[in-house]
Amino acid sequence: MTTPIPLFDPMVPAFARISRVDRELPDVFTWHLAAPSGAGFSFAPGQFNMLYAFGAGEVPISISGDPNRPEELVHTIRAVGAVTRAMQGLRKGDTIGVRGPFGSAWPLAEARDQDLLFVAGGLGVAPLRPAILHALAARSLYRRVIVLAGFRSPADFIFRKELERWRSRFDVTVEVTVDRADTSFRGTVAVVPALIAEVELDPAATVALLCGPEVMMRFAVRELERRGVPHERIHVSMERSMKCGVGFCGHCQYGPTFVCKDGPVYRFDRIERLFYVREI
Amino acid sequence: MDDLARLLAAHPFLDGLGRAHHAVLVGCTKNVRFQPGQFLLREGEEARTFYLLRAGRASLEVHVPGRGAVRVETVGAGDVLGLSWTRLDGADPSLPPRVHLDARALDPVVALALDGACLYRKMEADHELGYVLMKRLLALTYHRLERVRLQRLDVYKASP
Ligand SMILES: Cc1cc2nc3c(=O)[nH]c(=O)nc-3n(C[C@H](O)[C@H](O)[C@H](O)COP(=O)(O)OP(=O)(O)OC[C@H]3O[C@@H](n4cnc5c(N)ncnc54)[C@H](O)[C@@H]3O)c2cc1C
Ligand code: FES
Repeated sequence: MTTPIPLFDPMVPAFARISRVDRELPDVFTWHLAAPSGAGFSFAPGQFNMLYAFGAGEVPISISGDPNRPEELVHTIRAVGAVTRAMQGLRKGDTIGVRGPFGSAWPLAEARDQDLLFVAGGLGVAPLRPAILHALAARSLYRRVIVLAGFRSPADFIFRKELERWRSRFDVTVEVTVDRADTSFRGTVAVVPALIAEVELDPAATVALLCGPEVMMRFAVRELERRGVPHERIHVSMERSMKCGVGFCGHCQYGPTFVCKDGPVYRFDRIERLFYVREI
Repeated sequence: MDDLARLLAAHPFLDGLGRAHHAVLVGCTKNVRFQPGQFLLREGEEARTFYLLRAGRASLEVHVPGRGAVRVETVGAGDVLGLSWTRLDGADPSLPPRVHLDARALDPVVALALDGACLYRKMEADHELGYVLMKRLLALTYHRLERVRLQRLDVYKASP
């Protein structure tokens, strides 16, 4: 899969209208946007857009929609600060600014004929969703498809219905866990690395795609190492605060790289040294 | 090889151990089953059993006054349960070792139950076996500790 070239001038936002808002959690919502141009909005799974809430500001948000449905642009957002809270206040019919798509993508073409292991933590399931949807739509291109997802508690599931739908398929392994739960919960209570420790893996033929809080990814990488998955088969999605989104301003610098241009998806062996350095 | 030795050899915790060691452990082992809701271990009772889970899931729970049972982890096939018999918890050796958590079957559970005192004696009598098992128990404890640390960090709390 090649990296699409932005449809617009990368520094000038295009307008997009919110056609639907799904409330995932009290502080997490999914926007469905009518594609800003009639031609549709093509992107590669793993890429992000700079979304602009007029009067509030602009933030990088991963694309969480289906790459096979370019007529609709989908983003899943957690309200954490000034801009994302302003975004939460927007309704169906409101307009926002979009620049993108930017950044690197999940290595889905390289992963052909391999086992695909998705490891998601919390909202990390959103940037992985386009890659999972692609793998399910083009199921015969891959060997096993495994989705491991961890959430804080049973009340914090994101895309619950979709996870259940994927789980009901015979050609996908889906394991979901929560960090904490009371005894009424019937599912697994454990951290995501515990799922990695137990899942059936062929380490030499597995491509692992990780997305979630950095600490969770560090522990997950350690567990993948124990299972014998080589670093060059592990890919992580990194986040840094951004301004331009196109490699001009240096705001998102991560060691010698820029997350907006060289990331957000990195092959782990290429950033391993940075991964353990603090305050980068 | 008799059935129990084969089942012991097939469990990840004892995987790769020599046949002779599996044969020694057979004397401490029986095959057990639990129905959903049944307790494998109860907090406060004397710690007698080390379980190697073969099928089904069990939940580890702590009773918190005012909150009831809190589920801290679930374990499943390939996991082990009940380490208090090792006496590594530093409790007074003149007192019987105590279980520190409830373990309750969530599904029908099939497990190998090793008598802790028997296992302890075998490990004392054969230090090579004792060393191998202690290394595995230490690795297991380390992994559990790592997971508890991650759990405590509460990494998904309002962070993308
Ligand atoms: C490539 C990329 C993809 C992203 N994808 C998504 C996505 O799909 N959905 C989504 O909700 N968010 C995503 N983010 C994070 C999102 O950009 C930030 O949450 C947003 O910029 C916060 O802006 P704000 O003005 O609302 O909050 P601010 O006022 O900037 O921050 C509020 C609080 O959130 C913390 N914070 C800000 N950014 C982050 C971050 N990246 N990670 C952890 N804590 C942070 C701040 O330290 C502060 O405590 C992504 C970020 C990047 C770089
Ligand atoms: S955001 Fe400007 S260089 Fe990356």
